[in-house]
Amino acid sequence: MEIEQASILRHQPCGGAYRELVLNAPAIAASVRPGQFLHLRIPRFEQAVLRRPFSVFRAEGEHISILYKTVGAGTMALTGVREGEVVNVMGPLGNGFPSSSPGSLPVLVAGGYGVAPLYLLARRMDMAGIIFIGAATSDDVLCVEDFAAFGWQIEIATEDGSRGARGLVTGPLDAWLASRRCPEQPEIFACGPDGMLRAVGERAIKAGHRAWLSMDRHMGCGVGACLGCVQRLKKADGSAYWGRVCRDGPVFDASQIVWNNG
Amino acid sequence: MSTAPQRMDRIPDMSVNIAGIHMRNPVMVASGTFGYGPEYADLVPLESLGAIVVKGIHMRPWEGNSTPRIVEVAGGLVNAIGLQNPGAEKFIDEIMPFLRRHDVPVIVNIWGRTVAEYEEVAERFDGVAGVSGLEVNISCPNIKEGGIAFGTNVKSASEVIGRVRAKTRLPLIPKLSPNVTDIGIFARAAEDAGADAVSLINTLPAMVIDIEKRTPVLANVVGGLSGPAIHPVAVKLVWEAAKAVRIPVIGMGGIAAPRDAIEFLVAGASAVAVGTANFTDPGTAATVVAGIADYLVSHGMKSVRELTGSLRLGN
Ligand SMILES: Cc1cc2nc3c(=O)[nH]c(=O)nc-3n(C[C@H](O)[C@H](O)[C@H](O)COP(=O)(O)OP(=O)(O)OC[C@H]3O[C@@H](n4cnc5c(N)ncnc54)[C@H](O)[C@@H]3O)c2cc1C
Ligand SMILES: Cc1cc2nc3c(=O)[nH]c(=O)nc-3n(C[C@H](O)[C@H](O)[C@H](O)COP(=O)(O)O)c2cc1C
Ligand code: FES
Repeated sequence: MEIEQASILRHQPCGGAYRELVLNAPAIAASVRPGQFLHLRIPRFEQAVLRRPFSVFRAEGEHISILYKTVGAGTMALTGVREGEVVNVMGPLGNGFPSSSPGSLPVLVAGGYGVAPLYLLARRMDMAGIIFIGAATSDDVLCVEDFAAFGWQIEIATEDGSRGARGLVTGPLDAWLASRRCPEQPEIFACGPDGMLRAVGERAIKAGHRAWLSMDRHMGCGVGACLGCVQRLKKADGSAYWGRVCRDGPVFDASQIVWNNG
Repeated sequence: MSTAPQRMDRIPDMSVNIAGIHMRNPVMVASGTFGYGPEYADLVPLESLGAIVVKGIHMRPWEGNSTPRIVEVAGGLVNAIGLQNPGAEKFIDEIMPFLRRHDVPVIVNIWGRTVAEYEEVAERFDGVAGVSGLEVNISCPNIKEGGIAFGTNVKSASEVIGRVRAKTRLPLIPKLSPNVTDIGIFARAAEDAGADAVSLINTLPAMVIDIEKRTPVLANVVGGLSGPAIHPVAVKLVWEAAKAVRIPVIGMGGIAAPRDAIEFLVAGASAVAVGTANFTDPGTAATVVAGIADYLVSHGMKSVRELTGSLRLGN
């Protein structure tokens, strides 16, 4: 875990409300694992007492990037920062995704900007699998060319039907799970809004597949100190406790999660 | 004389002694904003802190409130964590060994729902190696059962402090609530009941509403406001408390930069604590220490102790 004063190398629109911010952060770039995140002090937004968490999207050499969506005041301020400016970055934080089990077929499920950590995961895997990308509309469907370039099978669903199947990403996922003929056991890695994660987790548990879900919670410290980001989890013996999404997560085994705070 | 002693003269003495606890500088980290120590240890050399005040500990494990627990507001943060903690035994077994490996005073923040629970946890920590003092939280706005109920009634505040006093030889630091009409009365009651210092302020009771859903943002409905927004309120209360007592006062509330800490010292605090700003920048305490030292040099002071209570009133 480091704090780096990272200079901005590139900051570019990626369609819709999304942008990619590329930073020079050698120490973080050298150690980051897929699914880990950065806690950014947003420049020109210094009146805010809290940093903002973003998954690491790309990491090559000394560079890292995030793929973010403008949703509120902090991300809005971030859109105004320019190449050459410096961002105070804490990271890498959190546990990240585990490496896929030998002999399994990686099945990724992304909702909106949830595709960011899954991109890095796919990039670092030595085999191709299948990715399900869900979004509200075609503008929110990201990274399709990247996954295609890695040789991944891609299934898309948009709620308004503007690209791929109409409806939720669980539609194509269910169809695939029911009809698949591959010998390998699917292992699911998902990142997106809670509703999607819950639906994916429930399907995985029912079908007996392992599923790893990366959660999005409003964060304070980002390091496990404030207990602001907690999620109800269950232990092997069935007892429930609060896990810290920032430190014990953000990735949890679907079977551990207690939805609705149990 | 050689030049070395002259240079030494210019390095101000930053050490303070609070309630018998020797600190190499007067800048501590506030309870609940620095975990138990290990969480920030990769980023902050713990030895650089005046003291670590750990997250509130109860005799038994406590789950705290449901979520959401925090929400950012203008100038700060409203939290309703609800004093989640692993309980005294787990803390002593699993975290104290880590803290003992670091050369920094550890102040354990304790709380209870009844006077008997305060006594129980205070007694448990008496004699635990590596614990330098107890901060007694009688001012948490986030649990119904206790906390603030003790801190906003002089009789019960005196009773808790007196009864805890009888259970421990450790330096005792009651943490006062800002939610009272006359803080001086509470500070004096604490001193009379045997406190070795007082600390203030805890968070201010607060509420945030989601106007689209017309629901409270926090699961606990209400919470406590911290951060820069509360700093001037805290300075005034520290000033009043310091006038009322002879024991040292520890000032906190909204410190984000050296000048915020210097204000507390000038108002009468002997030490300060950085809270919410740890989330913004874990290096804040170090920046504040360096900034106070610079201030002392540029104002011709040899010791930080000269700053305490140096407020000039009138013309
Ligand atoms: C581990 C992790 C990884 C992430 N990765 C990415 C990523 O790769 N790309 C990306 O775009 N985003 C990512 N996010 C989400 C991102 O952190 C938020 O979108 C960002 O913090 C929003 O900041 P803001 O100031 O723009 O919005 P804010 O104004 O802070 O909030 C946005 C919305 O949330 C609401 N809100 C505020 N506080 C609370 C609360 N306590 N409880 C519930 N609702 C609240 C607000 O009312 C508003 O509608 C990630 C989050 C986490 C935890
Ligand atoms: C997330 C959070 C948790 C806190 N937990 C505790 C606690 O357990 N015990 C306590 O006495 N004070 C607790 N506090 C209060 C702080 O120690 C401090 O008194 C207050 O936040 C004011 O300082 P600040 O404005 O610098 O944060 C907490 C504050 C925050 C923000
Ligand atoms: S954000 Fe502070 S504990 Fe997770």
